Amino acid sequence: MKKCGRCAKPAVLHITEIRHGEVQALHLCESCAKEYLNESEAGGPPPDDDDVGGPSEESESSDTSDDELSSTCPQCGITFKEFRKQGRLGCPHDYTVFHDELMPLLENIHGETQHTGKVPKRAPKASQHQFRLIRLRNRLRAAVDEEMYEEAARLRDEIQSLENEAGSSGNAS
Amino acid sequence: MDLDALTHTSGEWLRANGPDSDIVMSSRIRLARNLADYPFPNRASDAVRADVEQLLRGEIAKSPAGKKLQYVQIDALETLDRQFLVERQLISRELSENHGQRGVGISPEENVSLMVNEEDHLRMQVLRSGFALDECWHDIDAIDDAIESSVTYAFSEQLGYLTACPTNVGTGIRVSVLLHLPGLVMTKEIQKVFQALQKIGLAVRGLYGEGSQAMGDFYQISNQATLGKGEEQIIKTIKDVVPNILAYERKVRTTLVQENRQNLHDQVSRALGNLKHARQISSEETMHLLSSVRMGINLGLIHDLEIPTLNELFIHTQPAHLQKLRHERMETAERNAARADYIRQRLTVPPSSN
Repeated sequence: MKKCGRCAKPAVLHITEIRHGEVQALHLCESCAKEYLNESEAGGPPPDDDDVGGPSEESESSDTSDDELSSTCPQCGITFKEFRKQGRLGCPHDYTVFHDELMPLLENIHGETQHTGKVPKRAPKASQHQFRLIRLRNRLRAAVDEEMYEEAARLRDEIQSLENEAGSSGNAS
Repeated sequence: MDLDALTHTSGEWLRANGPDSDIVMSSRIRLARNLADYPFPNRASDAVRADVEQLLRGEIAKSPAGKKLQYVQIDALETLDRQFLVERQLISRELSENHGQRGVGISPEENVSLMVNEEDHLRMQVLRSGFALDECWHDIDAIDDAIESSVTYAFSEQLGYLTACPTNVGTGIRVSVLLHLPGLVMTKEIQKVFQALQKIGLAVRGLYGEGSQAMGDFYQISNQATLGKGEEQIIKTIKDVVPNILAYERKVRTTLVQENRQNLHDQVSRALGNLKHARQISSEETMHLLSSVRMGINLGLIHDLEIPTLNELFIHTQPAHLQKLRHERMETAERNAARADYIRQRLTVPPSSN
């Protein structure tokens, strides 16, 4: 068995990388491979000087807090820096929050920044109801399990009113 | 779904009845979709994952676009069963190794698989035997339409379908063909093909996708960019380039036969001999020999075997398949013996009609 090209563990993943016409074979162990794939998924290894994620330790503290506030998604709590590290965003809203930072990256990956493909037909109201109902019913179950009866009662009322709404518009399931 | 029953069957896409299936093992299109208002799976709490799973599982149960799908709850499966589904190309390694509630809806022919809570909430794929990308697109587009008629996908006018990884944003499409290119490998022409493909923005990967080594001379060719071009345009790029690769592979094979028929015949016959008589054999060697034999059949140098049998052996000789077949866990050495037994049996006894 081949040894990992980055550490001493046995290699389990074999990668053939073609970059600028050069073919390079990599043999990596699981943990190094994960690291490597994350690097390449995010569009190549992150640059050494952290040009996007906000200043690191050595910068002044007042700047840091400002900068970190501006680059944290209020919906999922991910920071741009975390994204650079993992190569994965936290929620759809991140594309809005990190718009300015993401655009150069997208341009780099795709060569374009405007979608021209398929467009979804928006889901009808009825099914959105359906989804809210499922969500609320799950929460109700959890509340009952945890003996949070006040919460459960509130959820039950909300579910009932949603069900009535759906029923009155002729969409009972 | 009874996973044990699957050990005796194989996916429709292995039957080699599609166009150009001497070289094109399969065509595949996958779409990545996410539900609006939910964090992506990697950042979702267990409760959110459970919600997403329940919603999408409900969609899968509705037989989108008339596709009857059986749902398999992946987190309820043992490692061996998950590995088994990966080997069959029904789920990705990511789905197998992820955590939390997740699952997959699979069609009985094994040509549709809809994965829930993979890297994205929904990863849909359609597989076909041979070079049949238009058919794949027709099917997956219809499934996508059916599902999006009752869910709200995360979508932006500018960036299209929003995905956990920015490399998939836009169309969320990956169009790929799995090619068997032993001639180009043997003549070392394959590097030229790689370089040409890379220039037009296509990626080359091994049999099991991202990060896998090219085994048995199989190469997966797929688009990289997903934003800025329409789905049909992306499909066309691949459709236009594949015939050139096929012609190249065929030309090289013909030259090999013309210049050195004796040698080639010897090589493929020895490969078959080893497969038929080995008492222990590694997965790697198996793939290598099967590749030779597969080419031998296509060149008319081997007569008493059929391509679908060979295609099936590529999948059925992998570790989880062997262990499922034997109903026991086996270490590498035992597996190598079991693999040799299985191959011997398949190659000497005529295959049953099923």
